[in-house]
Amino acid sequence: MRVGVVTFPGSNSDVDALNALAVAGVEPVSLWHESPDLQGVAGVILPGGFAYGDYLRAGVIARFSPVMRGVSDFAAKGGHVLGICNGFQVLAEARLVPGALLRNRSLRFAGRLVNIKPERLDSPFTHAATGAPLRVPVAHGEGCYYADEATLDELERSGQVLFRYVHDDGSPALDPDDPANPNGSLRAIAGVCNAAGNVAGLMPHPERMSEAILGTDDGMQLIRSFVDSAKAWEAGR
Amino acid sequence: MSEFRFAVNVLPKPGILDPQGRAVELSLPHLNVTTVSRVRVGRRVELTVTAATEPAARAVVDGLAKELLSNPLIEAYAVELLEATSSTVSDAGSGAGSGAGATRR
Repeated sequence: MRVGVVTFPGSNSDVDALNALAVAGVEPVSLWHESPDLQGVAGVILPGGFAYGDYLRAGVIARFSPVMRGVSDFAAKGGHVLGICNGFQVLAEARLVPGALLRNRSLRFAGRLVNIKPERLDSPFTHAATGAPLRVPVAHGEGCYYADEATLDELERSGQVLFRYVHDDGSPALDPDDPANPNGSLRAIAGVCNAAGNVAGLMPHPERMSEAILGTDDGMQLIRSFVDSAKAWEAGR
Repeated sequence: MSEFRFAVNVLPKPGILDPQGRAVELSLPHLNVTTVSRVRVGRRVELTVTAATEPAARAVVDGLAKELLSNPLIEAYAVELLEATSSTVSDAGSGAGSGAGATRR
C-alpha cells in the first residue's frame, strides 16, 4: 500500500514522515506541492515545516497550492489525511479541520518533548494507541489552538478533540500557562479532527518518535493507527 | 481601466489573545510610559487593483481579505483606499485632456 507525504517549499519533516511510513511497513510516496495528482495513494500526510516561509500566516499560502486541490478532493471522498504541526496549520487554514493556530502564548518557539493523550481510542487516528500519555516532541511558534467557546463545546460533544496536552499522570494541562501546555492551547487541545472523522491535525510530531533508537517509538501508535485506517479505506473502495 | 491602491489592515479580533500586543504593553514601563494601554498588533497589506470602477476594485480586495489576507475566525480587517489613478489607456479613448495619469488622493 502507498501512502503520500506532501513536500511544500519549506517542509522539513517530510523525510521523517516518509521514514515513519516505511517503518510502519507501507510504501512511502513523496508528493510535490505543484501537482494536484496524489498518485493513487491510500492516505496523505501533510508534514511539519514552514511551508512558503510561513509568510502572511502559517499554512495559508500552502492552502492555495495545487496539491491541496487533490488533498481536498481526496478528503471529500473519505480518504484519510493527517496534518502534523505545519500540516495542521495548513488544514486549519484550508478549513478542513476546525479552529485556528495562534502565536504561542509565550511568544517563544516551543521545541521540546511534551505529553499528549488521545481523548478517544475509536478514531481512525488513535485506534492503535494504548491510551497512555505519549511522549512526543513539539517544534512550533504558532501552535496555540483557538476556536470560540461554542465551537469548542461542539467539538467536545462530537468527539472531535483527539489529543490534549497532559501531565505525566495523564491529567490535562487545562491552564494555558501550565508548562505542560507548550503553547497556551485552549482546553489543552493538541489535535482535532473534522466532523466526518477522516481528516485530523495535531501540533506534536509523532513521526519524529517512530523508532526506539530515537528515544521512544510512542509516535508509532498514531502512525500505525493512520496507516491501518488508510489500508481499511482502500480495501473498502 | 483605473488603478486603485488599497491598504488592508488586519487585527486580531477583540477577545482573541494577542501575545504580541501584550509583549509591547509589557515593554512600556521600561520606556517610563504609563498612559498607554490596549495595544493590539496586526498586519498591513498594501496592494494595487486594476478595475473599471472603485466598487469593482473594492470587491476584489474584500474577497482577497476574507480568503487570504485575514483568517475570519481570529482576525478582523478594514479596507482603506489610498489612491486612485486613471490610466492613460482608458483616457486616450475618452478624449484629450481628460487628466491622463491624474491621481486622486
